[in-house]
Amino acid sequence: MRPFTYERAKDAQAAVKAAVETPGSRFIAGGTNLLDLMKLEIEAPQHLIDVGRLPMSAIEDADGGLRIGAAATNSQVAADPRVRARYPVLSEAIVAGGSPQLRNKASVAGNLLQRTRCAYFYDTSKPCNKRQPGAGCAALEGLNRNAAIFGASHACIATHTSDMAVALVALEARVETLTPSGEARAFPLLELHRLPGETPHVETHLIPGELITAVVLPPPPKGGQAYRKVRDRASYAGGLASVAVAGGNLALGMVAHKPWRAVEAEAALATGASPAEAIANELEGASPLGRNDFKIPLVARLATAAIGEARERTA
Amino acid sequence: MRTTITVNGEARSLDLDPRTTLLDALREHLKLTGAKKGCDHGQCGACTVLVNGVRINSCLSLAVAHDGDEVVSIEGVGTVEKLHPVQQAFLTHDAFQCGYCTPGQICSTLGMLQELEAGWPSQETPPGSKPAFTDAEIRERMSGNICRCSAYPQIVAAIKQAAETLA
Repeated sequence: MRPFTYERAKDAQAAVKAAVETPGSRFIAGGTNLLDLMKLEIEAPQHLIDVGRLPMSAIEDADGGLRIGAAATNSQVAADPRVRARYPVLSEAIVAGGSPQLRNKASVAGNLLQRTRCAYFYDTSKPCNKRQPGAGCAALEGLNRNAAIFGASHACIATHTSDMAVALVALEARVETLTPSGEARAFPLLELHRLPGETPHVETHLIPGELITAVVLPPPPKGGQAYRKVRDRASYAGGLASVAVAGGNLALGMVAHKPWRAVEAEAALATGASPAEAIANELEGASPLGRNDFKIPLVARLATAAIGEARERTA
Repeated sequence: MRTTITVNGEARSLDLDPRTTLLDALREHLKLTGAKKGCDHGQCGACTVLVNGVRINSCLSLAVAHDGDEVVSIEGVGTVEKLHPVQQAFLTHDAFQCGYCTPGQICSTLGMLQELEAGWPSQETPPGSKPAFTDAEIRERMSGNICRCSAYPQIVAAIKQAAETLA
């Protein structure tokens, strides 16, 4: 691990100020992803600003929904009685990811900002445009069975691997932040992550130094909710594909550089299409690469099953 | 950086490079070698300890971030003269072969039983229900602790017996 300096932020304003003033700084909360990458020297921050102890871990009722503090742990959110009762898709998605030890440490904002698990991002002997902009992408011609089928570019075919974020997108969550100039702003979570384009190392629309302070859930949509995930082991493995259903909303995981809102499928469902027809509409826009062709029938079956399950739960 | 952590009930003050993980602070600085370094990437669970009562991977945590925290490692769980019921159950059921993962398995079990008691869900828990104490729940909740000798059936048996003893 490269040397770095460390500070524990006094409050959110101080954290943002430190981030602006200190070159090469990063926020750290749970650290379960960042420290892993620092050990591999894929991440090498010069300064860490610990925001894990800031008073941003409460889960509060807000305007008929919930405001979840950015530093709340994944376990805390999954176990919250209000989340389990009104947003079961979120609780199910969280417990489908990582291990209990990781979920006990990982924060909500850290989960959103976790880096991809693309094997070529992790292998520092191979070129990767995320690690080293302009180096090229070894995954394009490599072992890419877990690559994106939506929204990829010739510069990057990596996927976003969060389970939690898929459920949050289906629930139309919003993100609250503190900007580098110290102002609060809020925007839909769907607008947090970017598609790779020519700059896959820029993964979000956050301004450098901007701090996520909370995730806000609107009241749950009408209708049932369900989360389904497929992976190579029964537990504690990154996903190949996942589906979150919340009423008429549908989001897909591990198929794109960001949690993928399946708007074509939603539109078809709204006009009375069957679940299978609806997801087929969405998958018409997919661009598989050969080794990951299997994700097309996988997502089709997974989404059909998840929509069916959500509808049974409504009844 | 000056860092004070209460380890197994005793306040320990250390001067640490910020890069030091909690696991290395325990093993290399405090010579508490019970928690093991298996993968050092949060994948195997051999480094599991309890921090403020909650199980975490100590390899994926900076020691300086735990200033003021209370840590329990396997050395604080029982004594040779008086084993903790979970330790005794692992012996009774022969729930290990080489023993390398065992300190992590036992600390993880302690955290897991509290999580279960508190009603925290796992992916085996039916939506809206309280988790039941089934083999499937135990296996799922212990999936962050790998045992390469594959003593899993005995580990499940030991955990079931320990839970009965503790109840």
